[in-house]
Amino acid sequence: MLAHIIQNLPQVLIDGLTLGVVYAVVAIGYTMVYGILELINFAHGDVFMTGAFIGAIVLFLLMGMGFLAALPAILVFIIVIVIAAIATGLLGVGIERVAYRPLRKKNAPKLIALITSIGISFVLEDLVRFIAELKTGNYIVTAPPMFNHKFTLNLHSALPFFNNATFQSSFLLVLIVTIIMLIALDLFVNKTKWGMAMRAVAQDRDTASLMTINVNRVISVTFFIGSALGGATGVLFMIQYGTIDPYIGFILGIKAFTAAVLGGIGNIRGAMFGGVMLGLLEMFAASNLSIITHGAMGAEYKDVFAFIILILVLIFKPEGLFGKAVVEKV
Amino acid sequence: MTSLSAFFEKIAQSKKNQIILFLTYVIVTGAGLFLLPDSTIAFLLLLFSILILYYLNLNLRAKWVTGIVILAVVVPFIASFSDSYQTYMEVGTLVGIYCAMALGLNIVVGFAGLLDLGFIAFFAVGAYTYAIFASDQASKFMPFGHYPLSGGTFWIFIFIAAIVAAIFGILLGVPVLRVRGDYLAIVTLGFGEIIRILLNNMDHPINITNGSMGIASITPPSFFGISIGSSNQFYYIAFAIFLLVIYVVRKLEYSKLGRAWKAVRDNEIAAQSMGIPLVKTKLAAFAIGASFSGMMGVVFAAKQMFVDATSFTYLESTMVLVMVILGGMGSVPGVILGAAVVIILRTQVLTNISNWLSAMSSNYGISIPPALSPEKMQLLIFGILLIVFALYRTQGLIPHKNRKVDVAKLKKESEQAALTRKKTASGGADS
Repeated sequence: MLAHIIQNLPQVLIDGLTLGVVYAVVAIGYTMVYGILELINFAHGDVFMTGAFIGAIVLFLLMGMGFLAALPAILVFIIVIVIAAIATGLLGVGIERVAYRPLRKKNAPKLIALITSIGISFVLEDLVRFIAELKTGNYIVTAPPMFNHKFTLNLHSALPFFNNATFQSSFLLVLIVTIIMLIALDLFVNKTKWGMAMRAVAQDRDTASLMTINVNRVISVTFFIGSALGGATGVLFMIQYGTIDPYIGFILGIKAFTAAVLGGIGNIRGAMFGGVMLGLLEMFAASNLSIITHGAMGAEYKDVFAFIILILVLIFKPEGLFGKAVVEKV
Repeated sequence: MTSLSAFFEKIAQSKKNQIILFLTYVIVTGAGLFLLPDSTIAFLLLLFSILILYYLNLNLRAKWVTGIVILAVVVPFIASFSDSYQTYMEVGTLVGIYCAMALGLNIVVGFAGLLDLGFIAFFAVGAYTYAIFASDQASKFMPFGHYPLSGGTFWIFIFIAAIVAAIFGILLGVPVLRVRGDYLAIVTLGFGEIIRILLNNMDHPINITNGSMGIASITPPSFFGISIGSSNQFYYIAFAIFLLVIYVVRKLEYSKLGRAWKAVRDNEIAAQSMGIPLVKTKLAAFAIGASFSGMMGVVFAAKQMFVDATSFTYLESTMVLVMVILGGMGSVPGVILGAAVVIILRTQVLTNISNWLSAMSSNYGISIPPALSPEKMQLLIFGILLIVFALYRTQGLIPHKNRKVDVAKLKKESEQAALTRKKTASGGADS
């Protein structure tokens, strides 16, 4: 049994890392908004999904104009991901304007903001389904294949207890792009003036506003960055996994939120770590659950696995692995 | 315009006028449904009389009796002349089922302020509890007993399911006690998904739920030997449980527990320092809310005669939430109205509009793409409803009202009590 698990380990690591970095970037969107507004932005998973669809639309447009054949694939990819990121970033700012800012002005209870975010998530899902179905007749969209050169990691000859692992070139693309995004974000938050303003608002909104920080603008910028990262990850998801539908955002969003909680909500580096860890755990569970339990539980339980992690973390260590415990003051 | 408002004022002033107007409305709409038996609008207008009744300035008991008579006698009787009698009664049954569920969620969300996004799980637990034992599914893993159980056990199962669902509610509640505020929403969502995935996959190693195949051929309930199979019979079962649920909710709302829920909702820490046991109060909200939907789960399973995990998705959970938000959090009449509106919108109005649109496109050559069909736009419509109500009318259609306390009466009572106390005290001193 153990030998079998170890044999599959390289493949599990590669698949888990791919999924994990996707979770990590989406988790950052949750954690940034939560850090500033103390709000679970349920619509964030659907912003990710919208990013994937905008990417697909741009890709099909470019293909229709013949750019896909004329330009190198990497250039097309950069155009697609930048357009999708800007569009979803603006979408995020719009969502904040329409759905959350009026509530903040009214000082409404947090429950109400959660409910509007669920509403926004429904509206996004259905609008995307509607547009996709109107254009293509089917809401499940298959992206044109890109970066599908197959590599084989020849581990077996060097380390005989491992099996060989295979991956596509899109795996490298996902990994490199997400790492660039994560480093850029980390530098932005920790080294720039805007980043400092963001951290200040997250720490204490009222005091920050007294220090001449325009809180509403900082919140808008936060939503822009979080949503743009989410949308860009949507494009990566589309290229890596090929098919997208309007409902991918929901379950992925919850898992990304789990990742954010795992790393300590509000903590950006924690979210990165939590995402990668959740991806690895999930892939490990998917490939080995049936071996460990002798066929009693199969890969279909991998979602249950993620939710149980979420519940356990919230019960035993609600501040997450890297968060600070908060004492509620009256 | 002024004469019209004067007319309404005159009606509002006199009870007799109100009763006459109301009876006229019921008779006119009833006759409308009788003459136009297939008109959904006539059916809806007749149901609308309940809402008018709610706003009449009459004795509470008289209103209740009238409402029950209309729903239990007048509506089924008039609808029975229509060809779509079973459809109407099916809608009525669904409204009853979802009203009870929404009232259950209202206890959790509206009274206790705990956002539950996996509420449908309890409904699923109730439905599967009956489905497993009322079909031959139970014989696949139970070492003893003879299955399927007879239809007479349906009545016992209503209570068993209520208890099982309440246990699940407590199971969910226990981790929740450590989780604050908005994390709760995501934990309950996870719980709902876990239950759904489990139901969908528990066909191996032991076949308990028959997995994604679902459980078919569930025994219909029987009432003193009469087998209950049609919608008009289920309508009365759902209606009876619905009345029971309303009675319990009404009793609870102003009880000590009900006041404790509202205190916890408004400020947890303040409530705790006033001596309200948080753990017990929250668990009670989960357990009672869950038991309502467990009971209705049994009715649902018996009515459908088939259950599988696809009826218990996240969308259904949020649909119940939409009912509560739309009607008004914490408001019992509001939540009932919300449930009725959502169900009628889903099952009647959207389908009718879709049919009408497709008829339009075939008759007049106006092509309307199938993607635009309102039936498919449910998510969009309910999403917009959620946003609009949360932003602009947080209190819902019928806002929640706290019971007013008559200050003068209280003062008089306390003075009287003080007086008698003085008397007995002085009397005691004298002797």
